[in-house]
Amino acid sequence: MSEVHSETALNSAYVRTEMLPEQAPPVTAAGPIKWIRENLFSSIANTAMTLISLYVIYVILAAVLPWMVYGIWDAGSLNECREIRDELYGPMDGHGGGVACWAVLVDRWDQLIFGFYPSDLYWRPILAVVIFLTGIAPVLYDSLPRKMLILTAAMPFLCFWLLWGGSIWGPIMVALGFAAAFLVVRQMSAVTGGLWAILLGILALLFLFFDPIQLIANILDWVIGLVGGPDAALSGAWRSVEGLVGGTIFPLVPALSGLLYSILPIEIPAVQSREFGGFLLAVVIGASGIILSMPLGVILALGRQSDLLIIKGFSIIFIEVIRGVPLIVWLFTAQLLLGYFLPPGSNFDLMVRVIIMVTLFSSAYIAEVIRGGLAALPRGQYEGADSLGLNYWQSMQLIILPQALKISIPGIVSTFIGLFKDTVLVVFIGLFDPIGFSNAIRADTDWNGIYWELFIFIGLCFFICCFGMSRYSQWLERKLTTDHR
Amino acid sequence: MATMTDPPAEGFRLSQLLYDTRYRSATIQVVAFFLVMAGLVWLVNNVVINLSAAGKDFDFAFLNSRAGYDINQRLIEYSNDSTHRRAAYVGILNTLLVAFLGCITATILGVIAGVLRLSKNWIVGRLMTVYVEGFRNIPLLLWIIVIFAIMTESMPQPRDFRGEDAEASMILGESVAVTNRGIYIPNLVFTRSLGGNEVDAETGAAIASASFADLALLVAVIVAGFFASGYIGRRATATQERTGVRPPGVFWMRAGAIILPAVIVLVALGATLDYPQLQGFNFSGGIHLRNSLIALWFALSLYTGAFIAEIVRAGILSVSKGQTEASSALGMRPSWTMNLVILPQAMRVIIPPLISQFLNLTKNSSLALAVGYMDVRSTLGGITINQTGRELEGMLLLGGFYLLTSLIISLFMNIYNNSVALKER
Repeated sequence: MSEVHSETALNSAYVRTEMLPEQAPPVTAAGPIKWIRENLFSSIANTAMTLISLYVIYVILAAVLPWMVYGIWDAGSLNECREIRDELYGPMDGHGGGVACWAVLVDRWDQLIFGFYPSDLYWRPILAVVIFLTGIAPVLYDSLPRKMLILTAAMPFLCFWLLWGGSIWGPIMVALGFAAAFLVVRQMSAVTGGLWAILLGILALLFLFFDPIQLIANILDWVIGLVGGPDAALSGAWRSVEGLVGGTIFPLVPALSGLLYSILPIEIPAVQSREFGGFLLAVVIGASGIILSMPLGVILALGRQSDLLIIKGFSIIFIEVIRGVPLIVWLFTAQLLLGYFLPPGSNFDLMVRVIIMVTLFSSAYIAEVIRGGLAALPRGQYEGADSLGLNYWQSMQLIILPQALKISIPGIVSTFIGLFKDTVLVVFIGLFDPIGFSNAIRADTDWNGIYWELFIFIGLCFFICCFGMSRYSQWLERKLTTDHR
Repeated sequence: MATMTDPPAEGFRLSQLLYDTRYRSATIQVVAFFLVMAGLVWLVNNVVINLSAAGKDFDFAFLNSRAGYDINQRLIEYSNDSTHRRAAYVGILNTLLVAFLGCITATILGVIAGVLRLSKNWIVGRLMTVYVEGFRNIPLLLWIIVIFAIMTESMPQPRDFRGEDAEASMILGESVAVTNRGIYIPNLVFTRSLGGNEVDAETGAAIASASFADLALLVAVIVAGFFASGYIGRRATATQERTGVRPPGVFWMRAGAIILPAVIVLVALGATLDYPQLQGFNFSGGIHLRNSLIALWFALSLYTGAFIAEIVRAGILSVSKGQTEASSALGMRPSWTMNLVILPQAMRVIIPPLISQFLNLTKNSSLALAVGYMDVRSTLGGITINQTGRELEGMLLLGGFYLLTSLIISLFMNIYNNSVALKER
């Protein structure tokens, strides 16, 4: 059969012996046309949606693009802007219409970015931001050399010193104090176990940063007052001890830094908190809130997942109360009420209060995110850690938290994005963030009536920061995925 | 033979409190409890000292004193002679109003954007991505201010509506006027109102008005209609399960159960629409939605809608493709696949974060401050505090309100979560 077939094939002149070359697919089934047909015009509904979308895009761009592109960059006031506009493009009616007046950004650039920060010291916040970014780089990208983590540890103190200025010895001594407490924890955890080491570390911090004699005297006074004992007899006796030691030695850290300063006065001009403003303020509040709320959030999450009922109860109450009330109410609390809750006479500046409130606020949210991560870990991980004979802190530090934090990264980053966006709320309690400045600029006669240029600029800045963060978290999520789906 | 003996019974030693894991947790908790309590007592003690130093007391009696300020947007009767308590109620209702409106529109926007983002249409998908990312990454406060500025700066003034060839015109059949003072929409009024109508002196015809009883009746009838409709649906399903045949016309019966009674009530009460009309330099009649409400409502809806879109998208993506394929293999139509297979599974993923977005929206409505909308933070937590100097009491009440609201919402969420949780063994 096959022989016959092949014979016929050989003898037939009209049968091809070789394959035809492949032809290109029809124009409608290849390349961009195919893509357009499949993605934009595959059905009537789809075509309608495409046309509507194109129309919407056209309308928006037709209105906005010329306005933006023909914008005027060089003018001293809105009126000057309009004169230039009329000169260039002929007279236009309609207030503020026609073209954008970007000149306001050039004119008020310094205010929008730095607020009232002294203009000859602008290098300091810039340097602080550079140090901040270099400091967090090794945390964000683990391909960078681990030695850079030393800079990360020094970063908060350096940035603080650069931003607020003053004597260099204060930040150095505070850093040394924390280093000392860290050493105590590390050395003692081998001897006494994790919990006691941490308690000793806290004691060391108290000893370094507060006046222990004063502290004990105050507590004595207070307890005696509560039980209605003889007034100040005991603490008076105790206080006389202080007379022997002298009030100059305690608290240790301020005393030492004062001493060092008197020996070797190294300082840069100090800047007050109220001189901060614009994006600098948003970044400082956001970054301090982010850094400070992280450890607090981890502790709260562990507390909420803990077996210890009382600690669990306190954590739940704290988290739910903080989360149940809007940030703006907490900020007003910081502004109006914090004075009531602190001992009479204590007063610290509004920015520190805001940072404290923002930290507490976002730590509750971070705690909930991390709790999700802790709950998502398989039970076997906890049991495995127990069966290795690790104690609670060891198992948390070595087994549970690294995995739980990894799972929680997207949530943590979106909490941070929320926190950074929320920093604009400080405008309500009288701090000058970018939105506060946009109001102030409009209040000026030069720029009265300017809206969109400022809003677009502020929105764009926030968009770049927040979108960057969310892209980073997506990248990290992909990188850390270890399962093979 | 080895004998097992109990270890010698030891007496309780004090050191066990620290070194024996059986007792140590108790020790830690007791210590923590006393530390926290000591901290609380310290705070309260400070408050007492500070209050007495400032010559103040802790007293909620200010709630019964005259408020003395006006509130322009209100749902219940209020004048500046009313009490601070009344002002707080007005504020609470305003907060709940904007939260309620916002939740509805945000859900609609979010579902549409979330589904469209998954669309095969490339342009639509990108457009929705721009919407979602734009709103998620820019502070809500900025959006509120921007929308407020659009409303006040770019909308026509009421006087532009005047004259033969007016610069601006009303939309939707001359019923809605968008002006820079707010949006005027028609109001539903009744000529045979339950609250009684005033009579026009000249013509003797009743002037249409609306009372609370009318609206309550209407809402009650509609809600009852929904229950009746649900009952008809369940009966039909039961019949179908028993006999295999679904009774005909169920859809129309269900629709009728909702629509008919409502229409009957509307006709019986003599419902008409009160259109906004230009009088002098302003509109009168209809409902005046102030710019502050519009800006807050739109901004909250658009902002929360962007988050809801992401939730909806994630929910739909979380249903594995095998489910769709399996239901096609069973011969189900695409619409059945969506309704019976995909959505019920996606809902389990969507609902909890959706409710927490509602919660966020409610809390974010406190940004009303930026545009002068009189919500509870602006009345109780703003003007009342400024006038009476009762920061502590006012903030406590304000915090308590928000806390209560979120606890109630999370309670419902937990109940729902428990009811839809996968029943595992």
